[in-house]
Amino acid sequence: MSPIARILALALMTGIAFPAAAETVAVTNARIHTMGPAGEIGRGTVLIRDGKLAAVGADVAIPAGARVVDAAGGVVTPGLVAADTTLSVAEVNSLHATNDHDGAVEHLSAAFDVKYGINPNSTLIPVARLGGITRAVVTPDIEEDRDERPKERLFAGQAATIHLGPGEDLLMASGVGMVVHLGEAGAGMVGGARGTSFAALKAALDEGRHYALNRARYDYGHTRPYRLSREDLEALVPVVEGRMPLLVHVHRAADIRQVLKLAREDQVKVVLLDAEEGWMVASEIAKARVPVVVNPLSNLPARFETLGATLENAARLHEAGVTIIIEGSRTGHFARQVRYNAGNAVAHGLPWKAALEAITINPARVFGFGARAGSLEPGKEADLVVWDGDPLEPLTQPRQIFVKGTEMPMDSRARQLAKRYRDLPPDQPPAYR
Amino acid sequence: MRQFASAAPWLLSAALLAGCASTDGGKGEAVKGGGDPASVRLAAKGLDPAASSESFPSTYRPMPSVTTAIVGARLLTGTGEEIEDGTIVLEGGRITAVGRGVPVPAGATVIEARGKWVTPGLIDAHSHLGVYASPSVAAHSDGNEMTDPNTANVWAEHSVWPQDPGFTRALAGGVTSLQVLPGSANLFGGRTVVLKNVPARTMQDMKFPGAPQGLKMACGENPKRLYGGKGRSPATRMGNVAGYRKAWIDAADYQRKWDEWRKKYAAATDDKKPDPPKRDLALDTLAGVLRGEILVQNHCYRADEMAMMLDVAREFGYRITMFHHASEAYKIADVLAREDICVATWAEWWGFKMEAFDGIEENPALVHAKGGCTVIHSDDETIIQRLNQEAATAMAAGNRLGLNITRADAIKWVTANPAKAIGVLDKTGTLEAGKMADVVLWSADPFSVYAVAEKVFIDGAVAYDRADRRFQPQTDFELGQPGKESRR
Repeated sequence: MSPIARILALALMTGIAFPAAAETVAVTNARIHTMGPAGEIGRGTVLIRDGKLAAVGADVAIPAGARVVDAAGGVVTPGLVAADTTLSVAEVNSLHATNDHDGAVEHLSAAFDVKYGINPNSTLIPVARLGGITRAVVTPDIEEDRDERPKERLFAGQAATIHLGPGEDLLMASGVGMVVHLGEAGAGMVGGARGTSFAALKAALDEGRHYALNRARYDYGHTRPYRLSREDLEALVPVVEGRMPLLVHVHRAADIRQVLKLAREDQVKVVLLDAEEGWMVASEIAKARVPVVVNPLSNLPARFETLGATLENAARLHEAGVTIIIEGSRTGHFARQVRYNAGNAVAHGLPWKAALEAITINPARVFGFGARAGSLEPGKEADLVVWDGDPLEPLTQPRQIFVKGTEMPMDSRARQLAKRYRDLPPDQPPAYR
Repeated sequence: MRQFASAAPWLLSAALLAGCASTDGGKGEAVKGGGDPASVRLAAKGLDPAASSESFPSTYRPMPSVTTAIVGARLLTGTGEEIEDGTIVLEGGRITAVGRGVPVPAGATVIEARGKWVTPGLIDAHSHLGVYASPSVAAHSDGNEMTDPNTANVWAEHSVWPQDPGFTRALAGGVTSLQVLPGSANLFGGRTVVLKNVPARTMQDMKFPGAPQGLKMACGENPKRLYGGKGRSPATRMGNVAGYRKAWIDAADYQRKWDEWRKKYAAATDDKKPDPPKRDLALDTLAGVLRGEILVQNHCYRADEMAMMLDVAREFGYRITMFHHASEAYKIADVLAREDICVATWAEWWGFKMEAFDGIEENPALVHAKGGCTVIHSDDETIIQRLNQEAATAMAAGNRLGLNITRADAIKWVTANPAKAIGVLDKTGTLEAGKMADVVLWSADPFSVYAVAEKVFIDGAVAYDRADRRFQPQTDFELGQPGKESRR
């Protein structure tokens, strides 16, 4: 059997739709939100060739032999981005053996890297994709309720970006950010108070800087003693060199100010995660050009550091000129909520276009893949979703989903369960269906 | 007699308190059917299981209201109807008229609502507001009495903190009534309480008048994990079932002892009155279920376990009112519909533990399509603020599968059906004349993500108004906190 025939046979056996990345496809008759310089196209065509976007516009010539997908007046957007999620490194939350997002230990903290745990066969991935998600920023974390783990962990580890397309290798880039928890949770992990966790972070960055300048001497023991392990020091080099942002979980306005100050003093890039009280210091965040990943539904004083939480956080940050990214849920199972969360931000004051940017081009740019995806521009990889209406509405459904030019199956384990149990009582055990 | 009673407080006779249900609180003035054992009551209510419903009585009083007519809106009545260009009249705390071309009473405050939508107040049949209050500090962790697998003796209402800011957020999301339950750590978690979602100084001021209590039961992973982890029973699902069965046997025995005592007491002469049994708060709750007075609210994820619980209920002669969470209800939707057991679930949540791994978005719609009673619940202080959107997601999933679910159907999942499942459908949950005027005016189609509750009426009073800060209640906890003054 030829290699291709073998792959085909395997695809048939496993029931996986065989990807046709090289296919030329024209998605016509669509309202296109490009999220790029072309803006919104009332009625146009997206041409996909060799996995890339070949043309996007109102007057696009459809080459002979192209497969035409009639969007029938539907809405086309770029594939959505799940920012800050456990997608691909989590399966069942309560079963720790199936999860690979919380693994930092005292001597492998900054060095912890989610990339090793990415599972392309996770059942969560098709579920998220059916919510229109085609890319994700996979982030590690430190769960507060796991008492059996060591307490002293400064960094949760390094984030990675993935695509939700065909193939076994979903990784786009590793080391796209270094996650650290500050505020109450961070204090709980280091020392017990903010005075410890902020100082520990500054000390770690200082060691990282020193190490970066004295790497060659390390093996000869000609450097000063470091508290951090070699692996953690290595991991911090891109951070102190300004190539990898710190992704900082932070909530209280005063803590956000401290983080902005730290970023200035230590010359590191930061992205704020959560930032429920961000709106209270919005102009300072904007001035520092620091992007913020928000969950627009956070409006409860869940902790004493989120007393100012409001549904208008996203809108007010945007108004102040902050680049915002809207997340669905950190929990990968609920990543599909990203579009509803964007809709809720609109319901509380965020302009619709800004909301769509916050789940497409903004996360793509902030996490380093803006040149590849996040908008519908010629030359970019062809991630797009054809919707039967406004993509932020729960009643709207995706009709077709393309990732890197491949039309993905509209199927998941969950959909198969629904079909299996649709007709009851069964005439034979559902296991035979 | 009175002298005798004060000497032994439990001993107030049948004759004295006979028919107390028809008098003013059982002071004993009315004497009817003296020999009826059912009317035998103890003087100290706390010692008498039969007086359970009189303990911690509701002191709820509707807030002041004016006669109001909402005119021109699209009404989703919760009875399966969608009325275009409808009018609804709220008068004296009640809904007095609903429909097209309904006359507006003279002097009524008229709200022009063309382009807007009106629904019954939303009802969350599964909430932990008040018992797991914000901020979620350990000091507020009052929802799970994780000290014994059977804590049928505890009542959620004794943990409710009325200053939980979650109540006001839920109100802004259109929630007018809710059932607050104990957690799911135990086989028997305790009694639930139904509240009206009004800002109040005390739990009693929120307590829904005349609503039955529920009993929270839990299947599956939670109880066995917790107690198995402590080296005690239950450590397995079979241990769970043994725990239920033992408790029901004890409860039946307890009920029999009280029945016997009341019978003997009624028949005995004054000088030979027998001593009453000792009240047991846990058995008391279970006996209340066996008598049909307390509704079973059963946390249970897996289909096979729900079927098991049905057999336990048959074995001991009680009814399960609703399965909660029920991620796999769709696998036995035909059975649940036949048994008339409601299913409270989400559209979106799945995979957080093994027993929720098969949770699907289509679950609520599949239960509905089989003729079952679907309830969308929150179990969460964020989802409770958007039950309408959760219902929208569930409806969309059903329609994707070709189940043809309308808005008029799906609105029931967050109004009439939860009202039925917590025992208040005769009082609220639909837009029908005579019911409590618990009503939400939405800015748009409530199944749209952009719709917000503009006004929320509880018993005809404006409890929340998005456009008027005077009707945006703020809890004591949040008063004067940083950031609040500049909040819109």
